Amino acid sequence: MGKKHIILLLIWSSFIIGCRKTDTVGGQVKIIRIIGSDTIVNAVQMISEDFVGENPQVKIAITGGGSGVGIASLISKTTDIATASREIKQEEIDMAKRRGVEPNETIIGFDGVALIVNKNNPVCCLTINQLHDIFTGKKTSWKDFGGKDLHIVTLSREVSSGTYSYFKEVVVKLGKKSSTSEFSSDTLLLSSSQAIVEEVAVNEDAIGYLGMGYVSDRTKTIKVAKDADFIAPDVNSVLSKQYPLSRPLYFFTNGPAQGVTKIFIDFALSPEGQKLMVESGFVPRIQTIVQKD
Amino acid sequence: MFKKIREFIIESCIRLSGLLVILFVILIFLLLLKESLSLFGVYPIKDFLFGTKWLPVSEPPKFGIIPLVLGSIFVTIGAIIICVPLGVATAMFIAEVAPPTLKHILKSLVEILASIPSVVLGFIGIVWLGPFLKETFHLNTGMCGLTGSLLLAFMALPTIISISEDAITGVPKSYREAAFGLGATRWQTLWRILLPAASSGIMASIMLGIGRVIGETMVVLMVTGNSPILPHSILQPLRTLTATIAGEMGETVSGSDHYLALFATGLILFIITFIINFIAEVYLQRTRK
Repeated sequence: MGKKHIILLLIWSSFIIGCRKTDTVGGQVKIIRIIGSDTIVNAVQMISEDFVGENPQVKIAITGGGSGVGIASLISKTTDIATASREIKQEEIDMAKRRGVEPNETIIGFDGVALIVNKNNPVCCLTINQLHDIFTGKKTSWKDFGGKDLHIVTLSREVSSGTYSYFKEVVVKLGKKSSTSEFSSDTLLLSSSQAIVEEVAVNEDAIGYLGMGYVSDRTKTIKVAKDADFIAPDVNSVLSKQYPLSRPLYFFTNGPAQGVTKIFIDFALSPEGQKLMVESGFVPRIQTIVQKD
Repeated sequence: MFKKIREFIIESCIRLSGLLVILFVILIFLLLLKESLSLFGVYPIKDFLFGTKWLPVSEPPKFGIIPLVLGSIFVTIGAIIICVPLGVATAMFIAEVAPPTLKHILKSLVEILASIPSVVLGFIGIVWLGPFLKETFHLNTGMCGLTGSLLLAFMALPTIISISEDAITGVPKSYREAAFGLGATRWQTLWRILLPAASSGIMASIMLGIGRVIGETMVVLMVTGNSPILPHSILQPLRTLTATIAGEMGETVSGSDHYLALFATGLILFIITFIINFIAEVYLQRTRK
């Protein structure tokens, strides 16, 4: 054994001792794992940063990937909180029960699914039926909607996204469970909401949908109508359900939340947490917050 | 005595590592096979292999793998057409033409090229290359096969350059001397003597390059648009095998049909890369002889 070996051994053992140390402190350090919706991942990040600021002994690990990913993780018990931008499906509840998991739902806010197009696109307003025609590929030119003579490029999220499931149900299937309509097969499936923003910002032909937290001045937001009144997604129109593509955002836990997870969820529901939801572009659960602003 | 024991321990450790690697490969293959077979219990294998629709979350779901296989093949062929001439030419330049200083600089630059993370290339594809191609070719969208091919060509270049360069440098000196002795020019020697002599090594580099391209995930997931259509042209959006697995695996509940279908997709991908690597290995063996 040369000197090198001894030094290596020392470094190695210090690592092991180092690990032990954190382990013992681990008695007090609490970790909350949050996996799920990409739509609200930034909002949850903001809330947890403030929460950790007040409770430095808590560490929060946040991962996106889509609502489906979150719920699948909850079922396989690899997360404490699953965030979702859609309801939990019956199959998922069945699967969870078989694994001994009791999904417990908390609504933490609301969201409007915004339709965005390029800033140079003159089209301003579309009805749900028109959106249906666009996304199923029945109409393929912007000319049909008073725009330029350009082929429409439809952008969607991947199938793991809760926004995808919501949009498919409400727009592609027009809310009919029996409908067999599908997204038109040349729809681009992009892996994140930000990728949709990037593509729409540079592509005059594109239209995409995403949570209103991703709406920015780099893109133009379409006003949507169920029948006649074209309404833009904002806090008031979503809260009053006037905007036709409004939906709740959920936290799912295994049984009622306990311990630090409960404290965290309570924080997210508190006026402070709800204010952060508004700051990141979403709609709070309680109307009073909006009125205060 | 102490020395002997030490030798023995080290030797067994090395042997164990070697055997473990083989074991892991076999286990991975068996896992893929097992999950795929359970899919074929509930979903006919014929519809899986020859189906032209990939609609995994519809009712009832359709797991036709043809669009995905074609997507992978289109992107790979595109990348190979771009990177093989470029890579082999660069290898020829580095091996035979470049002065020693330039040679060193080029070689280290190629290594740096190899170390660019794929997600960075993907990002460049989204914000710069995609919009650029859209403008140039007047496409509907820059998220298409060609964007993926170009970036993948970039990723396969280091493999092709360094292995081809080794193959060309490895041609015995006597070949060169004989060629020059017969009055051949430098270009004639390089093109008619060295390149054919190094051909098996170059083929191996190309096969390994293909293996790298077909297995690459992040870049294609980010830039090819991921539409599961039957592609007619590389200028269309398309969806590859790898992007499908990466994009959908997180969402599936383990044990569901969709989950099993993704494993079956993985098995197909595994078989394709295995064949390609096998061919590469055959060529490499030939070079060594």
